[in-house]
Amino acid sequence: MNIQATTPIPVTVLTGYLGAGKTTLLNRILTEDHGKKYAVIVNEFGEIGIDNDLIVESDEEIYEMNNGCVCCTVRGDLIRVVQGLTRRAGRFDAIIVETTGLADPVPVAQTFFMDDDVRAKTQLDAVIALVDAKHLPLRLKDSPEAEDQIAFADVVLVNKSDLVSEDELSAIETTVRKINPSAHIHRTERSGVDLDKILDRGAFDLARAIETDPHFLDHGHPDHECGPDCDHHDHDHDHGHECGPDCDHDHHHHHGDHNNGDHKLSADKHDTSVKSISLRAGLLDPKKFFPWIQKTTQIDGPNILRLKGIIALEDDDDRYVVQGIHMIVEGDHNRPWKDDEKRESRIVFIGRDLDAEKLERTFKACEA
Amino acid sequence: MPTLAPLNLDDHCVSARFIKDVPFFALASGEVHRLDHGHHKAEQHDGLLCATISQDGQSLISAGEDGTIMSLAADGTSNELATMGNKWINALGTGPQHAVGFASGKKAQIRLKDGTIREFEEERSIEGIAFAPKGMRVAFARYNGVSLHWVNNQTPPVNLVWNGAHIDVTFSPDGRFLVTSMQENALHGWKLDGKAGDEDRHMRMTGYPAKVKSMSWSAKGKWLASSGASAAIIWPFSGKDGPMGKAPLELGTRGDVMVTSVDCHPTEDVVAIGYSDGMIIAARFADNKEALLRRGGSSAISSMGWNKDGRLLAFGSESGECGVIDIAG
Repeated sequence: MNIQATTPIPVTVLTGYLGAGKTTLLNRILTEDHGKKYAVIVNEFGEIGIDNDLIVESDEEIYEMNNGCVCCTVRGDLIRVVQGLTRRAGRFDAIIVETTGLADPVPVAQTFFMDDDVRAKTQLDAVIALVDAKHLPLRLKDSPEAEDQIAFADVVLVNKSDLVSEDELSAIETTVRKINPSAHIHRTERSGVDLDKILDRGAFDLARAIETDPHFLDHGHPDHECGPDCDHHDHDHDHGHECGPDCDHDHHHHHGDHNNGDHKLSADKHDTSVKSISLRAGLLDPKKFFPWIQKTTQIDGPNILRLKGIIALEDDDDRYVVQGIHMIVEGDHNRPWKDDEKRESRIVFIGRDLDAEKLERTFKACEA
Repeated sequence: MPTLAPLNLDDHCVSARFIKDVPFFALASGEVHRLDHGHHKAEQHDGLLCATISQDGQSLISAGEDGTIMSLAADGTSNELATMGNKWINALGTGPQHAVGFASGKKAQIRLKDGTIREFEEERSIEGIAFAPKGMRVAFARYNGVSLHWVNNQTPPVNLVWNGAHIDVTFSPDGRFLVTSMQENALHGWKLDGKAGDEDRHMRMTGYPAKVKSMSWSAKGKWLASSGASAAIIWPFSGKDGPMGKAPLELGTRGDVMVTSVDCHPTEDVVAIGYSDGMIIAARFADNKEALLRRGGSSAISSMGWNKDGRLLAFGSESGECGVIDIAG
């Protein structure tokens, strides 16, 4: 009895601008022969019907928690609907939340961490962002939401890839990678994608989040050369790696940009306000690291959209993994370091107005 | 010794109540079971979200995922009172003269005895509805406070402001106080007879480790019992200023088990306390004396309700273990 009540129900969040292909993707998920039943939460019934028995329409209702933290926001409507749905577990296996084009993904995700009842019954699996290859450059120019959606995503689908040229596509992927170096990027046409690339990702599961990306944070690092074997982001273009003089990307360096040596791949029309900062250090002293991550997320929390890290702690044979959204930060031991693994600490911050120099300096100061 | 008659229904019990002397168990599936010379079942909704007793105590009013509002009488007579289309009903309340209030999203409707519907709209989603004990006045709990509307005239609502998300609302039986439960593990109260702008109109009741999902006024309305802690928290409302400056009673304190449901006895200053492990006790305010009514079960107690003379207690749990306890045995 009540096996459902003890196994958290996975939740997938779909974000993306109007017209990016969310409903098409949703219908693909719902109609494919996977034997699973989904409950779908939508903000409004669109013009295209959704082919599912269990659809709940819910008005986006953002609640700021009255605890003095401006970034502690949750979606009140989702708390209510998820509670209602989980009372009748057994009629579905997983939940998909489709957001409106302008929706901020952060309160949606935080709902699954900050509300105890919701957290007890569900587990956020991944945030999927769909972008329209043709219109993305324009969207990024006129709306911070589009950028936030990419920055916050675990998986980015560059949809309608058939409507743009190869060069445009690689420029878009470069832009996406620049906003969010740890997302998995897939090119799609008419939202067609293998469902195992978007469902059951465990992206917020500390034990799995980083395992699914064996080269976590390697992009943008001099040690890592993306080659033909490098399938971790399904790319077939050089991006995010250290470009040399022979690279033919259409990009230039931003002068005076502090990004911790990360190579900036950018063109003016793709200028973005969200930055990612990837940091490395050796073995860390837990007595310095834990106060540091607490303080950093307390002070810079409002500017941090996501953070992920694998930490090598002194006198500890297990990897320690951390992840966070704004001020929410979670960490746990993950698995023993392998013999052939270099014991080093890596962490990436994605956010706005982050002081890369300070983060790097203070992170380094945690070294044992 | 109390005796317990179990009824296993294998579905989340949203509401366990007595209608006249018949125990009703409203389940999340939409079925409402009742024990009246045998076990009867009515399919009221495709998915039931909330249920409560009509103010005259003659029927169970319920609202569902199907957007309908239904009533079910002790004899099994079922009526559809209203519908809001295909939208989930978030909030439900019953008032004097057979009034029923219900809301979906930002829109609320009050159905009067003759079937007239009055419509209201708030700027934020309506999460809770309560009727004032006197006069046709209704309170809507929502983000950043409560709106108080007169049902039958078009005067602008009174806006009671307190920042944060208010998810349920209740009037004290004498109508002097209004209390909400909040998303952030607290109750908030307003003195309704104070002057607007007075600082002391506000009553902050904080310190709960969990969200308060169950509130119940004592027999004479002098106390408000609440869930959300490892004891039932009972706030005194007998003085002019309510619980301000006074410590609440803590009844039925247990280690790491949470109180999930409370229901005050209809005549005595006694409260039935249901816990997250399925245990139920009754505790007396005066001396904190406890009586064990149910040892425990497989899930949290989700709802309880006394019958009119306070001898029988209907209860339900999240996994559908329901039943009736006779405290006199």
